[in-house]
Amino acid sequence: MRYAAPTSMKEATGLMAKAKGKAFVLAGGTDLLVRLKGGFVEPDLVVDIKRIPAVTKITKAGGGFRIGAAVPCAELGENAALKKAWPGVVEAANLIGSDQIQGRCTIVGNLCNASPAADSVPAMVAAGAKAAIAGPRGRRTVAVEDVVSGPGKTTLKKGEIVEAISLPKPKPKTGDAYLRFIPRTEMDIAVVSAGVCLTLGAKGVVKSARVALGAVGPTVIVANAAAAAIIGTTLDEAALEKLAAAARAACKPIDDKRGTVEFRIEVAGVLAKRAAKIAYQRAGGK
Amino acid sequence: MSEVRNFRAIGQRVIRPDGVDKVTGRANFGADFSLPGMLYGRVLRSPHAHARIVSIDTKRAAKMPGVHAIVTGADFPGVQSEEITGGEGAGNYKDLAVNVMARDKALYHGHAVAAVAAASIAEAEAALAAIKVKYEKLPAVMDVDTAMADDAALIEEDLYTAGLPEKPTKPSNIAMVMELKRGDVEVGFRDADVVVEETYRTPTVHQGYIEPHACLATINQGGQATVWCCTQGHFDVRSSTSKVLAMNVADIRVIPSEIGGGFGGKTTVYIEPVAVLLSKKSGRPVKMTMTREEVFRASGPASATKCVIKIGAKKDGTLTAMTAWLAYEAGAFRGSSLAPGAMCIFAPYKVDHFLIRGFDVLVNKPKVAAYRAPGAPQSMYACESLLDELARKLDLDPIDLRLKNAVEEGSQAAYGPKFNAIGFRECLEAAKRHPNYALPLGPNEGRGVAAGFWFNAGMQSSAEIHINENGTVTVIEGNPDIGGSRASMALMAAEELGVPYDRVRVQIADTESAGYTNVTGGSRVTFATGMAVIHAARDIVGQCKQRAAATWGIDADMVDWQDGHAVPKPGVNADVKPLSLADIAGNAARTGGPLLGRASLNARGAGPGFAVNFADVRVDPDTGKLDVLRYTAIQDVGKAIHPSYVEGQLQGGAAQGIGWALNEEYVYDANGVMENAGFLDYRVPVASDLPMIDTQLVEVPNPSHPYGVRGVGETPIVAPLAVIANAAHSATGVRIRELPLSPPRVLAALEG
Repeated sequence: MRYAAPTSMKEATGLMAKAKGKAFVLAGGTDLLVRLKGGFVEPDLVVDIKRIPAVTKITKAGGGFRIGAAVPCAELGENAALKKAWPGVVEAANLIGSDQIQGRCTIVGNLCNASPAADSVPAMVAAGAKAAIAGPRGRRTVAVEDVVSGPGKTTLKKGEIVEAISLPKPKPKTGDAYLRFIPRTEMDIAVVSAGVCLTLGAKGVVKSARVALGAVGPTVIVANAAAAAIIGTTLDEAALEKLAAAARAACKPIDDKRGTVEFRIEVAGVLAKRAAKIAYQRAGGK
Repeated sequence: MSEVRNFRAIGQRVIRPDGVDKVTGRANFGADFSLPGMLYGRVLRSPHAHARIVSIDTKRAAKMPGVHAIVTGADFPGVQSEEITGGEGAGNYKDLAVNVMARDKALYHGHAVAAVAAASIAEAEAALAAIKVKYEKLPAVMDVDTAMADDAALIEEDLYTAGLPEKPTKPSNIAMVMELKRGDVEVGFRDADVVVEETYRTPTVHQGYIEPHACLATINQGGQATVWCCTQGHFDVRSSTSKVLAMNVADIRVIPSEIGGGFGGKTTVYIEPVAVLLSKKSGRPVKMTMTREEVFRASGPASATKCVIKIGAKKDGTLTAMTAWLAYEAGAFRGSSLAPGAMCIFAPYKVDHFLIRGFDVLVNKPKVAAYRAPGAPQSMYACESLLDELARKLDLDPIDLRLKNAVEEGSQAAYGPKFNAIGFRECLEAAKRHPNYALPLGPNEGRGVAAGFWFNAGMQSSAEIHINENGTVTVIEGNPDIGGSRASMALMAAEELGVPYDRVRVQIADTESAGYTNVTGGSRVTFATGMAVIHAARDIVGQCKQRAAATWGIDADMVDWQDGHAVPKPGVNADVKPLSLADIAGNAARTGGPLLGRASLNARGAGPGFAVNFADVRVDPDTGKLDVLRYTAIQDVGKAIHPSYVEGQLQGGAAQGIGWALNEEYVYDANGVMENAGFLDYRVPVASDLPMIDTQLVEVPNPSHPYGVRGVGETPIVAPLAVIANAAHSATGVRIRELPLSPPRVLAALEG
């Protein structure tokens, strides 16, 4: 196994592009090192991106935020401006693993690991986050939901590295929230999760909304019908019930050691409702 | 025998001598030992839950780089059938040998079929991948219902059920049937105003000790082996290794490391004999450590059970008859913890008519091992749950129902003997008076109560005490310190000798340096080994009196021992200064040589331990998640030598029992492969899952111990399963009779 620690993204994408065999990007390492030590992967090349200055920072850009690929999740929680603008994304990032894990893990790693149960992904998708991708042929930007194509699979081409996540400037009266269900209180993986982001118009009426569900399909599910169920409402009980029903209808879960199909579908609706209520309140709704 | 006295050392909350090294990471555990030229041993494990081993081809693996030795079942000697005694679980050495390395059949997924010693772990694993094993798959038998069915696939083809009046005509997976009874249950049920009967199930669970099994073994050219390992009983590792490898016990020295938890799971062997054999074959030291996954798949979990309980009672709560039908999974070899489970189930109650029938059942899972009060949590979960259902039916407070029937001194225990002084009533009364029992409950909240019981054990222990030349004290004993026993031994030695705690050091010596001592288990160490320490200290006191008498020119029986000093008895005409332990030790050369006290004993009269626990839980009705809001553990501990560590035992047992009740279980796929062999998906509670566990120590002295000590380590895990189940019923209004009460199961029950 070869280990490289380049100091520029150009060098990093060059190494990944030329790599023979299995090449992995290392940021926090909380997924890669565990899989490596467990004997599940045997990389030929590991490219550590933590020495590339540009990806180790959170920068403000046009009222929004650009979070570098090597920024540990704990730093998201320490950034007051980010927390104020996108509390749902930050709370999702600060649910991953434990305090110790959050000191190392990154939201880009969480995304590129491509687990259907990744905590930060539904929150990012709900918030309309974009992934900035660097590659041997230049840079491109895609919606976060377009990065993952299935469990453990991404749409990244050979040599490409996600270098940052961009969050837009939140529109006025916008709130986001993320909730997950785990049987414990921490150190666990989402059995079901829901991210909701909504923007209010006049009189507390929901003007726009996005609902994303985790761990109920091979990738994060963007539940457009669930979002549509609350647009134009003041999130009254009837709207919440429609939201829950639409969220449940969007689920395509499996039975496994973490939960049953029935449980996941039922609780997806519960979490979508609860997350929507929190987002509504954060948006200034009453 | 118990003396009323004012203690000086006993009851102090001193700092344990091994504590600093454990919290700073300097303590040496099983995997921390190395020798020059050492190889690494790895085990090839069966990918099938049940399969005939047709052939094993190691030729290619043996030629691979770094490989020094390979062993399979063919390298192990045949072992005669012989029951294992002195350990904590039931079993047979012949089965143990086959569990350590499979012979003609693989009996569970993860069963060892070959092992390699190589210069590196990577080379060892590469060699494992090159070993070709041809299997013929057989049907996997994964639960008692399937295993006990008439047409069940046989795990052991020539197993005939033991315990029946006549040998059965055909073999089965039922290894043993047992029965305990008193009176006539037909009569008892006829006298009842109310009869309740229900079936309860518990899953396969693991002790979840943090430290995986690990050992280092070396054998010299003369055939003498030395083994360093983490174990609850190094004398048992010695005897088991000698049986499995047909070696003389005198040729095996076992040196115990510090131990990162065991809870009964480290009272047997898995890798030690393999490491010795690989060392013998390679001529090099061999180190083996199990991964967490291997620990789950191939060490000894606790039995999954199915228990059918029936109880008859009068309207006032008086129990008239009780029956229990208990089926315990033994794993792939006979010897579950059925017997203690059957003996404990009705122990807390006076009932004239009872009948207990138990079945020890083979399934294609790893052979079960002891787990803290082995067998009792499962059976008593069932009984204590049904008593709660009975209390609801009779509209009685669950504590009152138990008080009405509680055993007391002189009661005949369901398992045979008459109880000596016991503290069950005291615990029930303390629970009723406890402020937590009167706290108001909010919406979706419920309270549950249950009792726990464990016999506690005595057995064999040895101790030596050396008085150093400056009067400091060295205690040498043979029980690995799993819960602060060094501190307790030091406190007892300090108490007897009248010296401060900090003058006493305790060494846990290897099999060639300590007298024979049974396993650290059965809640026996503070009681039995503590008694040996007390006797060894009294031996020292006797010798000190003689030395003082010789110094003073008076008779030894004219000397008293007070506050760590030899003093002449009142009225003895001797104008002398009291002699301290240091004075006597400093002058020992002139009075007969070094001071060495010793004791060895087979301790009798371990006082049984009763507990009453209650807890409040809150259910999230939309997700089925249960949160434990408050937990109160009350237990009769006889006499707490070190109260903090006794409270710690109550809290630790509660934490494990809550985990068993809420989320812990082996999840198997259709082929008998465990799907959650790691701490991510085998969910023990994390610290933030639990409230502070309140404890109350009740002290009813055990009359068979000089200080009144009774074992405390195991009783605490017995009550929590039913406590949580009963509280969940109160919170949800629904009774779920299968553990764990995981959110999907609770939510499904709530939705009916």
